[in-house]
Amino acid sequence: MNWEAILMTIPYMTVVILFMIGLFTVLFKKNLIKIIMGIAIMQNAANLFLVSLAYRRGEYAPIFTSAESTEMVMPTAHALTLTSIVIGLATTALLLSFVIMIKKHYGSINTDDVRRCKE
Amino acid sequence: MNIDIVQHSPALILAVPLLFAFLTPIVARISEKGRDAIFFLGLFIMAFFVSVMAYEVYTVGGWSYVFGGGTVTPNGTGSSFFRILFVADGISAMASITLTISAIGAAIYSYKFMEHDTGLNKFNTLFLLMIAGVNGMVLTGDLFNLFVWFEVASVSSAALIAFKNYEGEAVEAALKYMILSVVAGLFFLLSIGFLYGQYGVLNFQLLAENITGTNLDKIALTILVVVLALKAGAVPLHFIIPDAYSMAPGSVTAVLVVASQAGLWVLFRVVFTLYGLAVNTFTLGWIVIVLGILSMFIGVTMALVQKTVKRLMAYHAISQTGYMLLGVGVGLAVLGQPEMDIYGRLAMEGGIFHIINHAMYKGLLFMTAGVIIYETGKRKLDELGGLGHSMKWTMVFFMIGALAIAGIPPFNGFASKLMIYKSVYSFNPLLSIIAMVVSILTLASFVKVFHSIFMGPKDESVSKTTEAPKPMLLGMAILAGVVILFSLFPGLVVSTIVEPAVEALGVIV
Amino acid sequence: MNWKMSRIVRTVTNFLIVPIIVYGIYLVLHGHLTPGGGFQGGAVIASSTALLIIAYGTLGEHEKDLSSVEALGLTLFILIALLGIGTTMFYNFLAGAGGVFGGTIPEGINPGYINTGGTVPLMNIFVGLEVTAALSLIIWMMSKETFVINSEKKEVKD
Repeated sequence: MNWEAILMTIPYMTVVILFMIGLFTVLFKKNLIKIIMGIAIMQNAANLFLVSLAYRRGEYAPIFTSAESTEMVMPTAHALTLTSIVIGLATTALLLSFVIMIKKHYGSINTDDVRRCKE
Repeated sequence: MNIDIVQHSPALILAVPLLFAFLTPIVARISEKGRDAIFFLGLFIMAFFVSVMAYEVYTVGGWSYVFGGGTVTPNGTGSSFFRILFVADGISAMASITLTISAIGAAIYSYKFMEHDTGLNKFNTLFLLMIAGVNGMVLTGDLFNLFVWFEVASVSSAALIAFKNYEGEAVEAALKYMILSVVAGLFFLLSIGFLYGQYGVLNFQLLAENITGTNLDKIALTILVVVLALKAGAVPLHFIIPDAYSMAPGSVTAVLVVASQAGLWVLFRVVFTLYGLAVNTFTLGWIVIVLGILSMFIGVTMALVQKTVKRLMAYHAISQTGYMLLGVGVGLAVLGQPEMDIYGRLAMEGGIFHIINHAMYKGLLFMTAGVIIYETGKRKLDELGGLGHSMKWTMVFFMIGALAIAGIPPFNGFASKLMIYKSVYSFNPLLSIIAMVVSILTLASFVKVFHSIFMGPKDESVSKTTEAPKPMLLGMAILAGVVILFSLFPGLVVSTIVEPAVEALGVIV
Repeated sequence: MNWKMSRIVRTVTNFLIVPIIVYGIYLVLHGHLTPGGGFQGGAVIASSTALLIIAYGTLGEHEKDLSSVEALGLTLFILIALLGIGTTMFYNFLAGAGGVFGGTIPEGINPGYINTGGTVPLMNIFVGLEVTAALSLIIWMMSKETFVINSEKKEVKD
């Protein structure tokens, strides 16, 4: 068996497993806090995907201060991941504030009870 | 220091709302009137830069603007390979003009509408941030920058929907909107990863030159179409639109319509410019046409049974989005074939003209609904009645909006719908007949609403209402004036504004 | 209700704040040489505000100050970006020009020199200001709600 090829795809398999766990939680759980946790797991999966795209074999992290050698990967994907982490923080903070206000108005955080918008 | 305002106008269109949004809390500590003055000053300066950019695009041609580069180099050369860049062409100009007119009308309207609420610092900041986000979405030429502005627009829209948080329903609607937008953004990020891993660039122009139709590209295209259809509110992804539009304050809904249409603009750019003829456009065009037909039909039939004014208008917004998708889908299905010159170009022009018409008359209708809620405090249709005696100007504006949306000549809705009917009939007669039936159902629905709100004897509980305050009437008059202007000169508008947009969707083989 | 913790906890907090803030400022200032930068350093300094809220139970009268600091940080960020508009927006007009942060960078691997980088360390400082204030405000607003809910629970129990 080609062990090296299987070893190279382990990060991508982790991304798929994490993304599916997060998506399952958002779709099938009824507690609002669990839904927000599922969204956070999905954000981590997407960030891991972007970072693992930048890897080249035998090259080092792109930092010039006391580096080991000048063979470095292109840091474009790392910049995209940093931006995505900051956006994830802002959306998680907003979602949690909404859950606090819903608890104050409706008295429960179960999605079966938060249903007043139909009339 | 010699600054060429025209060359730098795309960056300045974005920088001015951001700067004034963040100046608002500092100025509000000193005086309250200064905060409102800064709000309007920022919007008018942005309108000036939008008109400068539009004039340059329509007389000379488009250009692209690289952030942080040495000089303003053409796209694909020099350092624009890995920097963020903005593109100023027909699509950006048309979308920015739509957003500016809608935002100025809504801002003047909200000066009086929100005066009973506290926390107005945050309203001004969020409003300017939402405008900056939507502008960024249509001006950008880079796929990851698009993701950033997509998230900025959805976060500030959700916060504005939940603004009246002394009722519980607004927060519930905003929570649903936010969860779906965030999950859609994460799928968007996955498709960006697919494209970056294969080609190494994320620039629209460079990606369009390098793209081939591998299987991974088709998966990325599917994810992009679904995410942008969710932002625009097409069926079967329309579930966030009725709750969000009906629970937001009146002026915010008028700008939310334009924010949802930004998803349509980006969808057209992705499907025409990014992919072009690399995939089978006949199948893709038929998928867009089916989305359009479903939206038209389901939107109008759900609207016939609603009992609340704003929810009914939100379902009509979904149905009108179907017209835009139908027109451009027909153009996509005949791309690259000789029929394109016969009727494909006319279909695309009809669909794109319908976008700016819809923003104008739908904004006007939502503002009149806001006036009714502000004066009477009631939302349901069976509790209102006989308001035509005391609210004459509101009734006139509502009539203009209702006739325009139903497609009655000589209003601007008729002009764009005629272009769609003619060209879609040459493609497939059945689609055109469905579109006409939907138009008749729209008229029926609005006749019912008009009769039950404005006509008849006065209802007991609403007998003490007066006419709306002057700033709200001025805001509505701006949008009504643009509707009438487009109705009188449709040919001029099509040849000046719409044709450069269709040219800018040029295909790169 | 009074949510203060005991005297020992408050005294230790007073001592612990200083290393946390120093570490955060170190992360912010060296953003162009080592991993770090505005957002990361700002989040570390905001954790010191969280420690203060837990130990003292209140933030005093400083809520409006935090809001103004946040707005100030972002306004300065956009002004610095607009100052380079002679060439394009966000142009690095301080790099290699002498003066503040304008040293020359030697080629290849080097121990980092802090006086280089141009506008990048300045933007890191402003973003650090903004992120500190914003995250502290978020933590304070959520804690206020929790304190209110918990005092209602305590009154019901007694």
